[in-house]
Amino acid sequence: MFDFTLMLESIPELLKGALLTLEVLAICLVLGSMLAVPLAIMRVQKNAFISTPVRWYIYFFRSTPLLAQLFFVYYGFSQFEAVRESWVWVFLKDPYFCALMTLTLHTSAYTANILRGGIETIPRGEVEAARAIGMSRWRLYRRIILPCAARMVVPPYCNEVIGMMKGTALVSTVTLMDLTGVAGVLTAETFASIEFYVMVAAIYYVFGSIITSSFHQLEKYATRHQRPMTA
Amino acid sequence: MELILSWSDEFFWGTKVLLQTAFGALILGMFWAILGAVGMLSNNRVLRFICSGYSTVIRSIPELIVLLLIYYGGTMVISAFLSLWTEEGGYIEVGPMKAGIFALSLVFGAYASQVIRAAILAIPFGQLEAAKAVGMSRFQCFRRITIPQMWRYALPGLGNNWISLVKDTALVSIIGLEDIMRVADVATAVDHKPFIFYTTALGIYMILNYGNTRILDLLEYRANRGFNGA
Repeated sequence: MFDFTLMLESIPELLKGALLTLEVLAICLVLGSMLAVPLAIMRVQKNAFISTPVRWYIYFFRSTPLLAQLFFVYYGFSQFEAVRESWVWVFLKDPYFCALMTLTLHTSAYTANILRGGIETIPRGEVEAARAIGMSRWRLYRRIILPCAARMVVPPYCNEVIGMMKGTALVSTVTLMDLTGVAGVLTAETFASIEFYVMVAAIYYVFGSIITSSFHQLEKYATRHQRPMTA
Repeated sequence: MELILSWSDEFFWGTKVLLQTAFGALILGMFWAILGAVGMLSNNRVLRFICSGYSTVIRSIPELIVLLLIYYGGTMVISAFLSLWTEEGGYIEVGPMKAGIFALSLVFGAYASQVIRAAILAIPFGQLEAAKAVGMSRFQCFRRITIPQMWRYALPGLGNNWISLVKDTALVSIIGLEDIMRVADVATAVDHKPFIFYTTALGIYMILNYGNTRILDLLEYRANRGFNGA
């Protein structure tokens, strides 16, 4: 009932898909975290005109399923004639672009929320001290707030990275040939299914373990000043 | 607006399917979660290995893959199992609803078992010693001391898991269940207004999420009623 040769033969194909999975993951994490920093800073401002839009942005992405967001971006905009005839359509008809955009915005909202939590845990006294010695706002963020917040968010950001790795599986629903997409095609070709999905699950598991252990190292590094001294 | 109203029945049934799947997965998932947590805390090394392995593995593979594995694999495993008993070999197809509920319950259980494990550990050890000292059996101890107090610690975490679970139900549309994602898809195929229908679907999820958050706040308030300030 279990075809092991089929599983072994599928490895090269699956690894090709895995490459796309990693590519999508890397791009959306880099762009998403770049977006998340200004968003988080806006979110912690006292001025409601600045923080409220970001609060809604985060609420929207956190309260709806990624799949629904992806379909909304990929299918939704085709309704409008104006969009279909304008230059944006070049991007919006491309599943690769739609997937990257959705995943990037999605992770930026989650990451901004995590970073906000990190910023809020910084002791008030540290910020006051920085102000007292005359740091400008920009310097305050660059030297005190962001580095301290970055240390705090290593463990929750690890969860977010794993969540996004799992999220990339959804891009197969808009025809991209990632790890999950390749398994779908192989299933259609051979009528065997769970052989491929077991392999795919194993590959995702390996990726997940690598991510977890690298973040563990990073966390050790980020908190090295808090470790007790050893003789 | 009229367009949405003309599909309101379908969206209503879609929401019902969504809630059925979510509640089904919640109930079955709580069962896995408690089993998993008790297993992770047991003295038996094999049991501990199996239970923490379940939680770790499921948490690091995509929900979609778990769903497809159960959907395709479930039919195969059950059919193979039946053919051990009957000569001609049975073939039983697992429906998308059952597969969806089962797969999502496994995912929910994997996350929730960690929450429950931590909640059990948060109960002061002296309480369990006291219960043992007055002669309660291990099961009595679990039912009377651990479960009622664990609830309070576990509720915030379980609430987050439940909110994720509701969002994960969007995946069952992929194996053909008629949830609101599927309704949006069908409505688009008929009326060619994807923007409106997918916005409706997103709106329904946002409303559900808002309701869930409110209900969880109330539950948490209730669970903490002995600890809230005057």
